[in-house]
Amino acid sequence: MAAGIIFANLTNKNIPELTAVRTQASVPFGGRYRLIDFVLSCMVNAGIKDVNVITSYNYQSLVDHLGSGKDWDLARRTGGLRLLTPNIASFSTRGTSRYDTRLDALYSISDALAKTKDELLVIADSDAIFNIDIADMIAKHKESGADLTFAVKRMTLCGNQSEQYNLYDSDADGNLTEVAAHPRFVEGERDVSMNLWIANRTFLLSAIQDAAAHGHDSLTKGIVARYMGRADMKVYRYDGFFACTGSLEDYFACSMQLTTDKAMRDGLFSEKNQPIITKVRNSPSTQYVEGSSVKNSMIADGCVIEGTVENCILFRGVRVEKGSVVKNCILFQDTMVGEGSRLNCVITDKNVVIRNGVTLSGHPNKPFYIDKNKMI
Amino acid sequence: MFQKKECVAMLLAGGQGSRLYTLTEKTAKPAVPFGGKYRIIDFTLSNCVNSGIDTVGVLTQYQPLQLNEYIGTGQPWDLDRNMGGVSVLPPYQGMKGADWYKGTANAIYQNLDFLDRYDPEYVLVLSGDHIYKMDYAAMLDFHKEKNADCTIAVLTVPMEEASRFGIMNAREDGEIFEFEEKPKQPKSDKASMGIYIFSYKKLRKYLIDDENTPGSSNDFGKNIIPNMLNAGERMYAYPFVGYWKDVGTISSLWEGNMDLLGEHPNFNLYDRSWRIFFRSTGNPPQYVGEEASIVNSIITEGCEIYGTVENSVLFSGVYVAPGAVIRDSVIMNDVRIEAGATVDYSIISTNTAIGEGATVGAPKAEGVGIAVVGAELSVPAGKTIPAGEMVNSAKLAEICAKNN
Repeated sequence: MAAGIIFANLTNKNIPELTAVRTQASVPFGGRYRLIDFVLSCMVNAGIKDVNVITSYNYQSLVDHLGSGKDWDLARRTGGLRLLTPNIASFSTRGTSRYDTRLDALYSISDALAKTKDELLVIADSDAIFNIDIADMIAKHKESGADLTFAVKRMTLCGNQSEQYNLYDSDADGNLTEVAAHPRFVEGERDVSMNLWIANRTFLLSAIQDAAAHGHDSLTKGIVARYMGRADMKVYRYDGFFACTGSLEDYFACSMQLTTDKAMRDGLFSEKNQPIITKVRNSPSTQYVEGSSVKNSMIADGCVIEGTVENCILFRGVRVEKGSVVKNCILFQDTMVGEGSRLNCVITDKNVVIRNGVTLSGHPNKPFYIDKNKMI
Repeated sequence: MFQKKECVAMLLAGGQGSRLYTLTEKTAKPAVPFGGKYRIIDFTLSNCVNSGIDTVGVLTQYQPLQLNEYIGTGQPWDLDRNMGGVSVLPPYQGMKGADWYKGTANAIYQNLDFLDRYDPEYVLVLSGDHIYKMDYAAMLDFHKEKNADCTIAVLTVPMEEASRFGIMNAREDGEIFEFEEKPKQPKSDKASMGIYIFSYKKLRKYLIDDENTPGSSNDFGKNIIPNMLNAGERMYAYPFVGYWKDVGTISSLWEGNMDLLGEHPNFNLYDRSWRIFFRSTGNPPQYVGEEASIVNSIITEGCEIYGTVENSVLFSGVYVAPGAVIRDSVIMNDVRIEAGATVDYSIISTNTAIGEGATVGAPKAEGVGIAVVGAELSVPAGKTIPAGEMVNSAKLAEICAKNN
């Protein structure tokens, strides 16, 4: 069977606003999820029972979210969820491991990886939103006999979008032919890496030692590019919904798409036998009080709505009081919007309180963000 | 080895709940869905956990499949414990033969071995079919303070309804001197809620005596409580103040659900300090579409609403198509209401589909009954389910055959 490895922090700089108090993995998304839920659920749905989450800082919210792993059935005597926090030792011959890059992190845990019984490793970042059938990817990987298989998604790139992706080119048989790490201004139809790989453990371990010995610290450059032609590397095409949250604007646009795009909602949340699982909060149902008006919105449980809500994502426990109008907004858990307030293109972090009669507006290209626990 | 537990709860969940008709055809009453996210038993289980009781025996008998599956390891209520936790206790076969639970007292009697293992000082006896939030720890404190042998929680009911209940006649300090089951001329308005705390040694003795009494109904209300009173044991009434509802009938189940609606609902579930826990369905958030109109309703995760919903309770995963109208109704998990269908003053059970343009029930008015559609049914397009009808698969076939 396979073991999972998830990097929780590597992409933190993507959305500095939301990751000031948390890891990229624990950034809230879609009304009740955290970004890590997508990749973690995909792993669990594929029957992976052994998942390592690598985190280096700001991980309080992540620890709180994952807990023992029981919501994902990962609280197990054998295997289960393991949180790997940095090994900052005072007297270590190996030095300090802060897991700054994927290669560095994998190198730091290579002793543990050497001991595991799982022959395959499924390795992923936690900034992407998708619902992929990893079991199928594993089957294809085994069938092809590859050393490494990379999930890719065909996207139409314009402007400088290419800079946030790794582009993977392949031949008709799915053999990887070329990689470009974060190239600038590459436009058109290209396969972008979903930063989700399957590796044969023994191959990967030797490649990690080799790359580290040669002073590399990037997985793409140190392993993928260096082993081109020497190792059997394949791509796996995924055609479901995929989005990467590269900035607050990206995050906002992707969230807003949920309110209008049924195919996206169904692809992410109604895929048969592939539920996206998250921490249970035991909120009651959402209350729509007389006089409320709600349209085109995705609303989690435990909310109380007395005002008007349009094109919004409301997380659990949000309150929108009488006479307030909230449009194109993302309101995180337990946000309170007081009477007669008007919000447009606003993202409120957890526990934000908007008092009565406040008017706030951002722009679709530049949402207005209010940080955690603020009162306006 | 077993840890000693000061107080063990025994939850009576074996009743058939025949007055819920088709809703309990295939499931025990405590497993009937309630309030958007819950099953009836969640309220008592959560009360136990919130009161610090971590050892609960659930006595099952009638149609236990769904209930067993729902309780599982007890994980949703933090009752998956090494020492204690939740134990489902069905009737069993013994050396002297097999017995169903003959009555509420006999159900506990048959599980004295279970109780003995935890060597409890007190036993809390509960029924799994009431909706309320109550701190049993406060009741236990009262029991200890009074040095009582038995404490019975009582609720003040309107005097004119008192004859429907078991009435406790108590002195000012709460000591009970008389108990009357459904009295014609009630002397007090203190009704028993079916919640008892016993000092275990006393309970054990009375259960054994009762078992050895030929002709006994083996019932707490009919036998154990009167016997203890007659013997002069210290019996106290513990006054409960707050929302309490027996949802054992179609109309009270409907009312109980409606009590959750409004700006200031009669029963408030939004208090995070006394959470009601439940087994989560893991659905995505609800989606409310462009043409949807929702007034005074509660709606749950996994719902997709494109039609009109008024004064209703929607459980998880309900789909309401454009042009469908739901009023004054309780719609349980994963029901599909197709375009143009109208549902008025009804309870629709899980996984049922209401076809395009079908009509269920009639607008709520004086003299109009609640229509009930059972689980896993499919009401064909254009058909009409009359008000007050209780529809199971046989009844549905009959209605369809009429070709209305």
